[in-house]
This record gives sequence, structure tokens and C-alpha cells, in this order.
Amino acid sequence: MSHGNMNLTLKVWKQKNKNEKGRFETYMAKGISPDMSFLEMFDVVNEQLINEGKEPIAFDHDCREGICGMCSMYINGRPHGPKEGITTCQLHMRSFKDGDTIVVEPWRSAAFPVIKDLAVDRSSFDRIMASGGFVSVNTGNAKDANNILIPKDDADDAFNAAACIGCGACVAACKNSSAMLFVSAKVSQLALLPQGKIEAKARVLNMVKQMDEEGFGNCTNTGACEAECPKGISLENIARMNREYLSASLT
Amino acid sequence: MSKKSGFLYSSIGKKIIMGLTGLFLIAFLLVHCFVNSLIFLNDGGLTFNVGAAFMATNWLIRFGEIVLFAGLILHIVQALVLTLDNKKARPIGYDQVNGAANSKWYSRSMGLLGTLLLIFLIIHLAHFWLKSRFTGLPGEDANGNENLYKVMQTTFTQMWVVILYCLSMISLAYHLMHGFQSAFQTLGLNHKKYTPLIKKIGLILSILIPFIFALMPLAMHFGLIL
Repeated sequence: MSHGNMNLTLKVWKQKNKNEKGRFETYMAKGISPDMSFLEMFDVVNEQLINEGKEPIAFDHDCREGICGMCSMYINGRPHGPKEGITTCQLHMRSFKDGDTIVVEPWRSAAFPVIKDLAVDRSSFDRIMASGGFVSVNTGNAKDANNILIPKDDADDAFNAAACIGCGACVAACKNSSAMLFVSAKVSQLALLPQGKIEAKARVLNMVKQMDEEGFGNCTNTGACEAECPKGISLENIARMNREYLSASLT
Repeated sequence: MSKKSGFLYSSIGKKIIMGLTGLFLIAFLLVHCFVNSLIFLNDGGLTFNVGAAFMATNWLIRFGEIVLFAGLILHIVQALVLTLDNKKARPIGYDQVNGAANSKWYSRSMGLLGTLLLIFLIIHLAHFWLKSRFTGLPGEDANGNENLYKVMQTTFTQMWVVILYCLSMISLAYHLMHGFQSAFQTLGLNHKKYTPLIKKIGLILSILIPFIFALMPLAMHFGLIL
């Protein structure tokens, strides 16, 4: 064990499948370097478990550079752990101290059923996207670039909303399991641009309907989603969606 | 799924009803606070009793009272519906939740604060509204108006009532601190220029209204107004 390495106790949620009742299991993570990412720490623990002939801990991960949104751990009472503006793969072990006990849980929401251990099924987000998160493109000749002028402010706001990676931390953080930040980001990124305005009314109605059908909770404006979002998606998007929904419903 | 669809059944629709009824109730609080502040004129309640008599007899106000109760009941029922929805949305809770890391405690405790306010409201209605509207008041003041002021004085001689009222006003302050600005957000009224102003007005109202209300039992109990 080199200098500065840590020994940690992990309390991890283990659940065989969607239907089985889960439980916490305790693991020892020994000789963990502070320079490791949180996922690398899990890799080390899993390698050890495999060598011992035990079942490794299932968790989601893909890009490991904070852009795919797959790593979905709820660490010590917060989605993606104790830092702001990052995903779990961007969390490093230097955020913990030798001897710490770390509690790791899956996203908990009726709309995100557990697949196994820490991996959850977020296809409810996909179904919300399929219900309206797109623009219809009629084919034909390619148009000139910058054919449609877009105010810089609108382009920036749309781009900031489009930064959402659909990780589900907003749902995990929300005391009501509400998906409003995710859905509002997707509604906003399209509604702000001229190409998206054409279908804006049907889009917001359909996406909110799908969101409700998936069993997400209701927004109570606590702001937890914004605070925990790894991409800094603003609550202004939720207000914009409320506005869009209200006017689409009234007209 | 068998969920009913349409604006009023949608999550956003339900929240908009919460916001609108909430703002309506705040508007009532402002009027209530203004009329009751007449006791601070310290004229033995003569002016206050004029105001109270007007509120009790004017047909527009009496009709408004029915709307007020409807708004209040809608606010409470909708809160229950939303809370049950939200409980269903997370059937298995977290073992550890660090809520303080991402939100204010009172924004997460609107249901608890609201329940405390409802309990207070029932006691409060029994203290004054029930007597003024149904069981009758104990006589008239020098101007021949019904003496609601006298009822206040008698009620606030009891220490436990004064304490209950003051504690309830703390609940009200926190409930409004989240509720006022939250209503605007729910209605989609979020704007870089105006939201900071809305939040400031909300904070001032949420402290000022309960503070003035709390002063009433305190001032009467300790004999600052006679």
C-alpha cells in the first residue's frame, strides 16, 4: 500500500432484479488511491470479488468522462456524491478520508426500476423523448447555412438546456422523484429555436402527459434538481415548460 | 395506464392550482392583517369593531368568504393529492438523504408546515370566526358595534393561546417564504429581471405578515394596548 492510500467501508445496495427485494451489503475497499475515480474504486472492489469467486457489484458506466450520464450512484445521500456539477465518474476518492463508511444506493424512483444492484432502467426518459422530444424534418434540398436567423441569447439558452445528458440525477435528488428538470430541458432546447417552435404546443402536452404516465412525482420547486445537476440545467427551464404547458392547454 | 388526462389531472395543472390558491390565500392574509392592525390604534377597539362589523355584514365580503373557504379547501385537498402522488413516485426510500446539501429545509417541509397551520386555523376559527358568525358575541361597544375586540382581549389573556399563535406564525413565515416565490415559478413567471424582485417581496411579506399577526396576541396579553 503506497503512501496516502485509504481503507474504506462500503455499504452498497444489492438487488438481484426488478422484482426481488434488495438489501445493503458491506464491502471493504482496501488500498484505494486518492487519485482513483469513484468508479475505478468500484472496479478494484469488483476485481477482488471476482478473484474470491464472489458476485461483483453491478453498476452503470460508459464514457467515464462526464458526458454519457450512465453512472447513476446515490452516494452518502446525494446523487453523484458530495461534489457539485459532476457525474460519479468525475468524483475522485480524494473527496473521502481513510476509514470513511460510504453508503451507495441506486436512483430510487418508481419510474426507474432497479435492473440489478446500482443499475436502474431509465427507459422512461426515452419514452418521454419519443413522445415529443424531436423536430419533424421534411426532406428536400439542403438549405443554406444560417438561413434562419436565431438571436444569440435564444441560441445560448437552447444550448444550455441541450447540455442535459439525461442522467436522472434530478429525479434522484428530488424528494418527489419529479422529472421536471429533465423534461423542461428537453422541451426548452427545442421550443427556443425556430425549427422547434412549429411543434411546440403538441410537444409540451405530449411530453408532460408521458412524464405523468411514467409515474414521476410533482415538482414542488425545492431546487434540489438544479443544485445536483451535473450540467447546471437551470430552473428557468421548468418555469418555461410551465408557461408553455399553460398556454398550450388554454389555446 | 388508467390515469385521467387533461390539464386539471396533469402534474403541472395540479401545481398551478396550488400556486393560484396559495396566492389567493396570501391576498386574504394581507386584507386580514390590515383590518386587524386597526387594534393598534389603541382606541379600545372602536375602529377595529367598525372594520369587523363591515367584514361580517357586507354581502360582497360574505360571498368572498365562501370563495375563500373554497380556495382553502382546494389548496388542502390538492396538497393531499400531490403528496400521495409523490409518495407513490418513490416506493422505496433512500437510506441516507442529505437534503441540506441541495435545498432549504422549509421548501422540503411544506406539508408539515401546512398541517401545523391547518391545526392552528381550526383553533383560530373556533376562537373568533365561529363566535362572530354563529354563536354570537358578548355585547356591543360604545358605538353599538358588536364587540369582537373584547373577544380578542379575553382570548389572549390565556398564555397558551399567545404561545400557540406565535409559534403558528413562525410556521406561516416559513410556509410563505417558500410558497410565495414558488407560486410564481409554477405559473411560469420566472424572469432574470423580475425573479430577484419577486423573491425579495416574498421574503418581506413572509416575515412582515406573521410578525404583525404575532404582535397582536403579544400586545394584548402584555397590556400594551387596552
